Amino acid sequence: MLYLSAPRLVPVLGFLLLPIFLNAYWQKVFLSVAVFGLLAISWDILAQSGMISLGQALFFGVGAYAAGTLNHYFGWHPLVTLPLASIFGGLICTGVLLPVLRLRGVYFSMVTLIIPLMLVRIVEATKVFGGTEGLSGIDALPSHWLEIYLVALVLLGALFGFRRMMDSDYGLVLKGIADNDRSVINAGINIYWFKAQALFISSSIGAFSGAFMTHVYMFVGMPVFALDYSILPIAAAVVGGPGTLAGAVLGACILVPLSEILRGIGGLRIVLYGLFLVVFIVGLPEGIFHFIQRKYHQFERWVEVD
Amino acid sequence: MLLGTLVYGLINSVVLALMAMGFNLTFGISGVANFAYGAMYIFSAYACWILANIFHFPFWIAIMASILFTTLLGSLMYRFVLLRVRGQVLSEVIATFGIGLAILELFRHLGFIGFEYTLPVFIDHSFMIADTYVDMQRILIVVAGALLVAGLWVFTHHTALGLAFRGIAQDERTALTLGIDSDWIGMLSVAFGCGLAAVAAVVIIPLGSISPGEGYEVLIKALAVCIIGGLGSTGGVIVASVIVGFAERFTDTYIGSHWTMIVSLAAILIVLAVKPSGLFGKQKELDERI
Repeated sequence: MLYLSAPRLVPVLGFLLLPIFLNAYWQKVFLSVAVFGLLAISWDILAQSGMISLGQALFFGVGAYAAGTLNHYFGWHPLVTLPLASIFGGLICTGVLLPVLRLRGVYFSMVTLIIPLMLVRIVEATKVFGGTEGLSGIDALPSHWLEIYLVALVLLGALFGFRRMMDSDYGLVLKGIADNDRSVINAGINIYWFKAQALFISSSIGAFSGAFMTHVYMFVGMPVFALDYSILPIAAAVVGGPGTLAGAVLGACILVPLSEILRGIGGLRIVLYGLFLVVFIVGLPEGIFHFIQRKYHQFERWVEVD
Repeated sequence: MLLGTLVYGLINSVVLALMAMGFNLTFGISGVANFAYGAMYIFSAYACWILANIFHFPFWIAIMASILFTTLLGSLMYRFVLLRVRGQVLSEVIATFGIGLAILELFRHLGFIGFEYTLPVFIDHSFMIADTYVDMQRILIVVAGALLVAGLWVFTHHTALGLAFRGIAQDERTALTLGIDSDWIGMLSVAFGCGLAAVAAVVIIPLGSISPGEGYEVLIKALAVCIIGGLGSTGGVIVASVIVGFAERFTDTYIGSHWTMIVSLAAILIVLAVKPSGLFGKQKELDERI
């Protein structure tokens, strides 16, 4: 029993019990681990469906601005804006990227890389949503513990729920699109519809994390489109092991605290992420999670020798 | 006003074409989307600056050496990183992006930011063309762009190596049976792409200053132009850079400089919605568009 349940219990207990023992500073780090974990999950769902995004910042930023405007201009409660921002953020991102879904390969990556960087300029130029200054004075969530447990529960729900989804028939279609889209078309399945759904799921997760961060920082501005929010999730998923979702969360659990510890070296952190990406892609393309999983499965064959 | 805008539109188009040419060459030949392209552009500019200002080499030697270094860096990148992940689009994109990020952020970390980091213009002189001042450097950019396009055309149509490049681009396996080493050609294509980025950098940078942010800018512009024109199509790049270049100048003059970025974004989205493989991306339509 323990053999099967231990790998599932470790993240659950870890995410639920750990915040109690952390001080205020590391609780903030915990929040960003969870947020980057969600972004990495959203990247991984897209990657498993054959779409390599280089711009998670698009999802994050659209969600953040959606929550920010709903709260700033209409004064809605954070618990109302969070789900609304997730859904509408997801719809907006899916709408923007819809034309690209008809292409495959590297086009999707290019367009996702460009759009958040251009949106920054547009916000800067047209001065919509507060322009360069952003919108400040956004309501925080009612309680500190609600903040922590909301994001922890969403993360665990997304992790286990979407793992289950990717193992179901529905997920099989998505993985099939990544492996060989033409044979999926041959099977009489409309791949654009499935790709659009995967994109909506993924961008909603990203938009939720953006909206959540907006309410934590009580501010939304141009930094939400920063390259950090695109790079770290990819680095986390690649280091942790792409294609499992659990690997993505594991990668976020490693990289985010690591970058907090390395805060002293400043800009060199991003250099390190870049090098991490290259080293893991070339040296250990399966990622840490697959490696651990293989080793763990080998326990099963251990027998006691008299 | 109108004539001046036209002149500057032409110059802007050539600048865009120069920026996109190397990216397009690499992608067109070996299918590698070199996301380290902007970093290569900035790397060559800094290399040139360091050679000229710290080691006090003559400017033209610094230019030659920096173009050579960038080409070398590109071939090393192919040999030690890209060769191992060749053919896996995901890994290629992430690996080149990681390398580009590392180079750009390293320069930012080392503190190479400021107006003193710029390259001198080749000839300090300016003209009156159609009631507008145009300096010599901008004329040189147009000349360099025209020479580069013509040179590339001659190279790919009339030399053995250029024909091998096109062979690999058309069908890698058939080219292999004819004795063309696809790994070697792949390395050369990445190296040449980086070399073209370096050439673009040394002629364009004198108009502004060198900064790591410029690297992302160049990558975005190159990608935008290549997406609009159709990836891997040289004619498409030229047409797209003319369209974007003139459109940017005209919005700048008649609407406002804030809106120039929106022009390229709108152009990308419209082109993708109407003709997903780009204006001239015909020959690879089946592969890229399902």
